[in-house]
Amino acid sequence: MVRQGGFGGPGRRHRRYTSTGDSTIKDSRKTLQRLWSYLGRQKLGLITVFLMVLASSVLNLASPYLLGRGIDAMNLGKGKVDFASLKVTVLLLIGAYLLGTLTTAVQTYIMASVAQNTVRDLRRDLFAKIQTLPIRFFDTRSRGEIMSRSTNDIDNINQILNQSIIQIFSSILMVAGSLFMMFWISPLLTFLNLIIAPVGFLLTRKIASFTHQQFELQQEALGDLNGYIEETVTGQKVIKAFGREQNVIESFREINKRYRSAAVKAQILSGIVPPLMNTMGNLSFATVAGVGGWLALRGIVSVGNIASLLNYSKQLNRPLNEIADQFNMIQSAVAGAERVFEIMDEISETDDPQEIYTPEKWEGNVVFDDITFGYEKDKPVLKNITMQALPGQTVALVGPTGAGKTTVVNLLMRFYDPDSGKICVDGYNIRQVKKDNIRKASSMVLQDTHLFSDTVMENIRYGRLDATDEEVIKAAQIAGAHSFISHLSQGYNTLLSRDGGNLSQGQRQMLAIARAALANPTILILDEATSNVDTRTEIKIQKAMKILMEGRTSFVIAHRLSTIRDADEIVVINEGRIVERGTHEQLIEKKGFYYGLCKSQQHGYQI
Amino acid sequence: MKKLLAYLKPYWKLAVLGPLAMFVEVACDLMQPNLMSQIVDEGIKTGNLDFVIKTGLHMVLIAIIGIAGGIGCSFFAGIVSQSFGADLREDLYRRVENFSFKNIDKFTTGSLITRLTNDVVQLQTAVLVMMRMMVRTPLLLVGSFIMAVRINARLALILIVCLPILLILGYLLIKKAMPFFTKVQQALDKVNTILQENLAGIRVVKAFVRGEYEKQKFNKANDNLTRLNITASRMIGLTMPLMFLVMNMCIAAALWFGGMNVNIGTMQTGEVIAFINYLTQILFSLLRVGFMLIFFSRAKVSADRVIEILSTTPEIVSGSCDSPVEKGKVEFKDVYFSYSEKQEPVLKDINFTALPGQMIAIIGTTGSGKTTLVNLIPRFYDVTSGSVLVDDIDVKERNLKVLRSAIGIVPQNPLLFSGTIIENIKWGKEDATEEEVIAAAKAAQAHDFIMSFPENYNTVLGQRGVNLSGGQKQRLTIARALLRKPAILILDDSTSAVDVTTEARIQKALKEWMKDKTCFIITSRISSAISADDILVMEEGQIIGRGTHSELIESCAIYQEIYHSQMDKLIESTAEGAI
Repeated sequence: MVRQGGFGGPGRRHRRYTSTGDSTIKDSRKTLQRLWSYLGRQKLGLITVFLMVLASSVLNLASPYLLGRGIDAMNLGKGKVDFASLKVTVLLLIGAYLLGTLTTAVQTYIMASVAQNTVRDLRRDLFAKIQTLPIRFFDTRSRGEIMSRSTNDIDNINQILNQSIIQIFSSILMVAGSLFMMFWISPLLTFLNLIIAPVGFLLTRKIASFTHQQFELQQEALGDLNGYIEETVTGQKVIKAFGREQNVIESFREINKRYRSAAVKAQILSGIVPPLMNTMGNLSFATVAGVGGWLALRGIVSVGNIASLLNYSKQLNRPLNEIADQFNMIQSAVAGAERVFEIMDEISETDDPQEIYTPEKWEGNVVFDDITFGYEKDKPVLKNITMQALPGQTVALVGPTGAGKTTVVNLLMRFYDPDSGKICVDGYNIRQVKKDNIRKASSMVLQDTHLFSDTVMENIRYGRLDATDEEVIKAAQIAGAHSFISHLSQGYNTLLSRDGGNLSQGQRQMLAIARAALANPTILILDEATSNVDTRTEIKIQKAMKILMEGRTSFVIAHRLSTIRDADEIVVINEGRIVERGTHEQLIEKKGFYYGLCKSQQHGYQI
Repeated sequence: MKKLLAYLKPYWKLAVLGPLAMFVEVACDLMQPNLMSQIVDEGIKTGNLDFVIKTGLHMVLIAIIGIAGGIGCSFFAGIVSQSFGADLREDLYRRVENFSFKNIDKFTTGSLITRLTNDVVQLQTAVLVMMRMMVRTPLLLVGSFIMAVRINARLALILIVCLPILLILGYLLIKKAMPFFTKVQQALDKVNTILQENLAGIRVVKAFVRGEYEKQKFNKANDNLTRLNITASRMIGLTMPLMFLVMNMCIAAALWFGGMNVNIGTMQTGEVIAFINYLTQILFSLLRVGFMLIFFSRAKVSADRVIEILSTTPEIVSGSCDSPVEKGKVEFKDVYFSYSEKQEPVLKDINFTALPGQMIAIIGTTGSGKTTLVNLIPRFYDVTSGSVLVDDIDVKERNLKVLRSAIGIVPQNPLLFSGTIIENIKWGKEDATEEEVIAAAKAAQAHDFIMSFPENYNTVLGQRGVNLSGGQKQRLTIARALLRKPAILILDDSTSAVDVTTEARIQKALKEWMKDKTCFIITSRISSAISADDILVMEEGQIIGRGTHSELIESCAIYQEIYHSQMDKLIESTAEGAI
């Protein structure tokens, strides 16, 4: 019973609050059910918590009554105080307080772990899910959006688990209990109070909805203001270069003024609510005292009853507003939970049943057979691509930026699958090979190297987790990274900042090469750096790449002539199609597209 | 703090009226229990119905006066806090506008933005809370205390027993919990870092098949966070009921001793009820003081960050010479420069003169100091030693506005602002005519693509020109600089995203446009430098070679190296192929 009453309660209420359309209600219910499936894992703890809340609410309800009894015991006045009764009442009161404290303590103690463990499970599941999602998912969604779901949204859920559920449950108990006690003591006074409390409640809600509009205007103005600040502070150097300081200050003043007036209105309006609530409390206090006095004169209620009622009416006003606030929180948390579950419902990159081959060793014979592929339907970036690299060969992919070279990498690593055609490695269609298997056989060195905030050593070890320190250092030597690593303050144990910000781009790329060398792949995919690397580092990287490519099947997205010249085949891609292929000499002789590209490089342009 | 309080000064009248209004509200609140006790002790006991009704109405009246006070306070607090925030923000903005590049570098752009946005909003809220809660809580505390003492001073001694216990509990909570929350924050950061890195590097994670490894890493951090979180919420969750217990015990004690007082006639029943009410009021106010302390420790952080901006003086002060720059002669004399005293100099022993009518190319690897060198001409930074002269006057002596208005800069990163294309180009010269704008756009080879947009020059650009390609943005920034008809033009690697033929056309147009003026071109590509009148080769902050292309190819080793790495093999091989 407790369970149903406790959790079903918010669910039912929630429906009433969002009764805009049937579908949203259903969705919210589903989301709540799913949240419940997480919470339900700790049924025992949850049941204990609700029992404790029940107990502490009853104890809380008892104290105003006991206070009233105490007052009655002394009401006869000087010399006539009934000490026997007073003593019992005070002792009972102390007992109720002690027990109340105990139950509250037990309840928070248990709820802390129930809530946190639930959130931990949610976070763990979300992260695990993210690991299984296909690259397409990450390409179509901004990182900030996914981050906000896994931080803010989960945080909101944490909040409601920690507070709202218990508070709503206890608030409902308090309201019901207080009403019951008040009716029991004096139906008439309770009736009067019942008029005031809801009036106050409705009034505050009315104002709140009105303020809500003002707040939206304020938020909008704040958004404009922050946007302007961001744009101009970011462009500060240009503003100074063109001496536009005065102009931007003027525009800023305008926007700032608009925000100020919107904010003042919103603040004043919302500022009405607390005093209003305070006054409502005072009014019901006055009612109980005045009318109660009148009733006491007629002998209908005792002075102690008035004292009890004063306290009960206080307990009635507060929870009503609390419940309303908590429902708002629950609403936003449910919306957050919906967004979290949305990710969890994305389709994972699972292994198909047809992925059956798991060869132990690869030779590295790679064939692209008539591949057509587009990130969006009907917009192919690769059209009818056919090419082959025999074990140990190097194929250079050349072409203007945006020609679809990176897509070739995406397909080979099975980040995406081609729309038509097939890729075969050693005769196996890679769609029939386990993804992990093909990925383990290949390594890539991309232009912008992703580093983790860990030591240099661990970052290289990412290539092969069971590599010894010596093996890591050897890989770094192959990559030409050893000397700069040795010059770092703590050598291989230097902690890299988030995304390796304390290394230059060239150095980062060398680490990626080391990582790949450690992984010892059969197939290698290299993307040469185009910019921001100075001539000397560039030469070093070239050398390292060359060593790395020895004996491996390599696909190089090439920008440098030296790499291209050594390739076994050059594939020139333009607008998604292979326009030319052959060795450097053959292509130069042909005087076609490739020749044109080379000529433009004479003018300082990169292929 | 004084610096911030100054921003309240213009509104001091309202800032005083607010607390006064709050005083009214608190006074009304405080009167209620007292009146109630009168009903009990005088009305009911003596059977005086008129008195009961009269006092009851009194209470209603006072409650209504109270709301006027409360709303009044909110009204004043709303105006004062938002005006305070707006003024503060404007002042900060002005200051940031006057910051030198060095100041901006020191703060970093991101942190300046947060200070101007989040921190100011935090402070604004702090003022609001201060004017409401900070006034209300102490007033209520002191007021209730006075009322309680007035009823029965000896009974009020109960407070002396319980106050210290509450204070100790509160102190322990803050002392123990605060550092703990930093730990929780760190654990949360760790979890978020792993998450963020996985999102950013998902390709690497997948390519190396490290999903399981990352999951384990994440679960470890996640478990740690959970453990800390549980302990933290338990700490608070257990202290709060304890504090309530202490308060409740006070009430029980008040009831018992109240009864004794009634028995000997030193108190009346209604007074006991009122006393208990005041007691509850005092104890709740104490709790609120605790919350406010936490709130203010957070606002303090924002205040410090804002004050840091207010107390930073711009590094660069304008000179007084008003004579305009006409010819555009630039001279560097023994210039040394470093970004901070601790760092190695970025520029060493720079000496050269650029004459009007010349095109100077500066070539060198990244980090060799090219951009730093040209940044000294418009005085974005001041030299550490030596001097930079423009038209034979030290840049430090000349009025900054005059100096900068004679220089056109095309920065490496083509930065545009939201607004139309014409507005963006007109940044170069506000009062330019349409013909002038079009002429500049034509020279920058931007006219054609602008005209290809449906709304031509009135096309609206998104923030930072998001809807344009890199090359288009670069050409607009060039047009913007050309529109000034500057005496000195600086192009900082600003044609990197433009195709070869267009670049050649731009260079040709530049020669015409900048006739008799000085033009600097920073580049890392030989091809852009070949046609310059003078080439400066930079390496590690020094000029290691100077001359025309044909001179340098003979004499300068580094120049040869760059040349070879970029051109040699290509020309050679293309030549082979051609044969």
